[in-house]
Amino acid sequence: MKRDAKNRTSFSRRALLIGAGQAAVFAAITTRLYHLQISEHSKYALKAQQNSISERLVAPRRGIMTDRFGAIVAGNQQHWNALFVKDMAPEPDVVLENFYRLVPLSDSEKARIQQDLAAHPGYIPVMLKDWLDWPDMAAIEVNTPNLPGVIVQAGSSRTYPLGPVAAHAVGYVGRPNQQEAQQNPVLALPGMRVGRTGAEDANDLALRGSPGFVQTETNVRGEVMRVVAQDDGTPGDTVALALDTGLQQLAVQSLGDQTGAVVMLDTATGEILAMASTPSFDPTLFDRGVPTDIWNGWMNDPRHPLLNKAAAGLFAPGSTFKPSVALAALKCGALTPESTHTCPGFLKLGDHIFWCDNHDAHGTINVMDALKVSCDVFFYKTALDTGIDRIAAMASIMGQGVDLGSDVPHVQTGLVPTHAWAKQHGINWMEGNTVVQGIGQGYTQLTPLAQATMIARLASGLSVTPHLARRVGGALTPESQPGAAPTLDVDDRHLAVVREGLFKVVNDPAGTGYGARLTIPGVQMAGKTGTAQVHDNTAAEKAKNFNDMTMTWAQRPNAWFVAYAPADAPRYAVAVMVEHGNFGAQTAAPIAHDLMTYALLNDPAGRDQPLANPPPMPPLTVPQEGNA
Amino acid sequence: MIEHGSLALRRPFRERSFGLARKLMRVNWLFVLCVCLLAGVGYAALYSAAGGSPQPYAQSQLIRFCGALVLMLGIAMVDIRFIAKLSWPAWVFGILLLVAVMKFGHVGLGAKRWMTVGGVEIQPSELMKLFLAMALGHYFKRATPEQTGNLLFVLPAILATLVPMGLILKEPNLGTAIITGSIGATVMLGAGVRWWWFALLVVVIAICAPIIYHHLHAYQKARIDIFLNPGSDPLGAGYNIIQSKIALGSGGFFGQGFLHGTQNQLNFLPEKQTDFVFTIIAEEFGFLGSVTVLGLLMLIVTLAYYTALSCSHVYGRLVALGIATNFFLYCFVNLSMVMGLIPVGGVPLPLISYGGSALTAVMLGFGVLMSIHVHRDVEFPDTEDF
Repeated sequence: MKRDAKNRTSFSRRALLIGAGQAAVFAAITTRLYHLQISEHSKYALKAQQNSISERLVAPRRGIMTDRFGAIVAGNQQHWNALFVKDMAPEPDVVLENFYRLVPLSDSEKARIQQDLAAHPGYIPVMLKDWLDWPDMAAIEVNTPNLPGVIVQAGSSRTYPLGPVAAHAVGYVGRPNQQEAQQNPVLALPGMRVGRTGAEDANDLALRGSPGFVQTETNVRGEVMRVVAQDDGTPGDTVALALDTGLQQLAVQSLGDQTGAVVMLDTATGEILAMASTPSFDPTLFDRGVPTDIWNGWMNDPRHPLLNKAAAGLFAPGSTFKPSVALAALKCGALTPESTHTCPGFLKLGDHIFWCDNHDAHGTINVMDALKVSCDVFFYKTALDTGIDRIAAMASIMGQGVDLGSDVPHVQTGLVPTHAWAKQHGINWMEGNTVVQGIGQGYTQLTPLAQATMIARLASGLSVTPHLARRVGGALTPESQPGAAPTLDVDDRHLAVVREGLFKVVNDPAGTGYGARLTIPGVQMAGKTGTAQVHDNTAAEKAKNFNDMTMTWAQRPNAWFVAYAPADAPRYAVAVMVEHGNFGAQTAAPIAHDLMTYALLNDPAGRDQPLANPPPMPPLTVPQEGNA
Repeated sequence: MIEHGSLALRRPFRERSFGLARKLMRVNWLFVLCVCLLAGVGYAALYSAAGGSPQPYAQSQLIRFCGALVLMLGIAMVDIRFIAKLSWPAWVFGILLLVAVMKFGHVGLGAKRWMTVGGVEIQPSELMKLFLAMALGHYFKRATPEQTGNLLFVLPAILATLVPMGLILKEPNLGTAIITGSIGATVMLGAGVRWWWFALLVVVIAICAPIIYHHLHAYQKARIDIFLNPGSDPLGAGYNIIQSKIALGSGGFFGQGFLHGTQNQLNFLPEKQTDFVFTIIAEEFGFLGSVTVLGLLMLIVTLAYYTALSCSHVYGRLVALGIATNFFLYCFVNLSMVMGLIPVGGVPLPLISYGGSALTAVMLGFGVLMSIHVHRDVEFPDTEDF
């Protein structure tokens, strides 16, 4: 028993020692726990939150665009998509069979759905069909019990109520490409669209808005458990364009089947009241994806429907270039209001003969009459006296061949050649080149937008900038502020001389544009015709008359008319170009007449509200579609 | 034998077995209460792990626990002298099981640890730890200090420890092998084996550690490497440690509330219902809850020591010490692992983690412990019956 007791004491001592060691370990564990749970709690609490809360950005609603009177030209429309979440269906194959019975899909579509289902985890929705029509929607709604996992979800798409009428001016949107999405993560959000052309492109930042967010609690697999917070973001601004829908529609109507472009400006501000280019296209197709056959049709059309001919189409301006030549000559003293040139019907330079229009001999005339009858010989001589560098300098003041700083995207600058340009391009500049420069032929290439700018600046004496946006988020754009345009750097007396000439063009019975004179009592229009060759006529053709109606369409000259009105207090300027339309006076001037009449009677310039009771429109001079 | 008589007064039942009712009264009910409380905490944690549902963990674990509780109390009623007789047969049985699991066991997580016997999954290494403590207790129950100081005498005990250790190491299950060795060492220490032998052993192990590391399996090395630098592979093997620490730390003092722990409810921890069950408690009940659980675990170890210290026979003392140490090591390895203190190794938190094998083994040990407690005053016969 003694041994037992001794043993027991020894055991107790050792057991207590081991127990004390274990208690110490427990104490260490408790200390560690205190360290983790109390001392470093905030650090780990933050980590836990970062683990579970995920924030997802939500695409904002794109701002709408209206014309100047509030009529929507680019809006948003909800459409409905059918999606399928495999995890929600007990028998996915049966559900898909049921769906295909209700909404027939092509085999390639079905294969695409199978591919998508295989590629994504079961909780990711897969698109079954977008742009559901009403019968499909109704069929899905009625059969909901047979379609577990099928979700009908709203999507937003861009609509263009004017369709092809304002397609080039308003533009269209498209999905951001990969590069854009990488540079700006907001663009990577589903549903985001980027303006691709027109005002959609020019005002893209304002229209975009700022994204909202959804904070969701997600589990380790990324499945959303609940929504913690939500913010819809700020929708894009509403952009009111300077366009007048009525004018725009009339412009397209007047051009009709002809290929051409029209630009109408407010002479005081440079606001673009109408900008049309024909033929046009349906801009809504871009949001959904353009069908291949339609796309190929556009690409193969020699009349280039996608090209905005008003701003990006380059054409020889022909005689509509003469006002700039006259101004340049007056400025440098090559011409005075009184000085004259004699026109025998041609100009012989070396052994080359430059014919006057129609081979007419205009006799001895001054600059105003030369403009009135569009005497080419007068301007051949004036150009020779002035020199192309001075002409180009004046043209750039008038907005020709320079960057206009316009908000219209993809504007082509065009070209008014100079000696420096010729040298740079290895062109041996001859006097003959200068001669044709005097009548806006040769290397000179300008857009209808540039010509409209020229005539607006000439009319108002202000260096206006043509622009589409009038109000962004309700506020007038800087360009649209009254008095924002600086005074034109041209002598008023010189402007008066040229204006006098242009007045005669339309209002003198001998003027080339007399047929387009206004019928509104007490209001006159001033303008200039242009008939610009596109085909280098053979000597035989020149000996006769180059305006041979037997020429193929593509070889006929382009018809121009630029005008402003009222002649004594200009408010509106217009440039009309009908591609291969032969005589400007014949095809372009009547369009300008109709548009000017509409503009003067409805007077949209400077207004945000249309006139309450505009006078009725007189009969149009341009034959309308259907009754031609 | 003068004391015999006086002792006899305090030990009325020492020679004979006593009635069932008296035995039940002698059970340490505080201990049973602690065990039940921990099982209750386990139920709550498993209920939460299933996102607020008794299915699929909490309910089946409760049924298992009830069965195991009956088993424990049943064993507690068995005379410790009878259990002592079974010590060596149990050890042999354990060895046979370990060999069997090598031959017929199925592979789980890269190791052959499990086998199914009659539809019940068992892990022989869990049972082996108890059987080893019993066998060593039996071996040393009459050892004199002279014998325990004699290496030749102690050698069979060392072999009895090394054989199962080797088999478990072969599974491979390094964690359980080390625990098995520690239990053997603790029982031998309690039996009176010279303490400086152990000190020598520790030194030898410290020297050999790099060599042992060299011979470890790739996954075991990876565990140690990741433990030393968990951030090196945040979504790989280090993921568990990182997420576990986040769960613990985000609990704070009062916790995020029952069923409101984001790490738990959003499944950031894989297999949280088994090895990482403590993170649920720590995250949802905070420091308060986890210290309470720690306290209960410690109380169980303390009560096991109380049984050991109050036992009159060497066998009971040594086996109780082994069982206490086994439970302590379970808790220590699991908690340290969860807190990122030691490399991760598949050791559950006893009584709380989901799973039947560990629960059954622990409750079997507690049954033996309670039998020791009930029969703490019995006198062992001087001769062996077998």
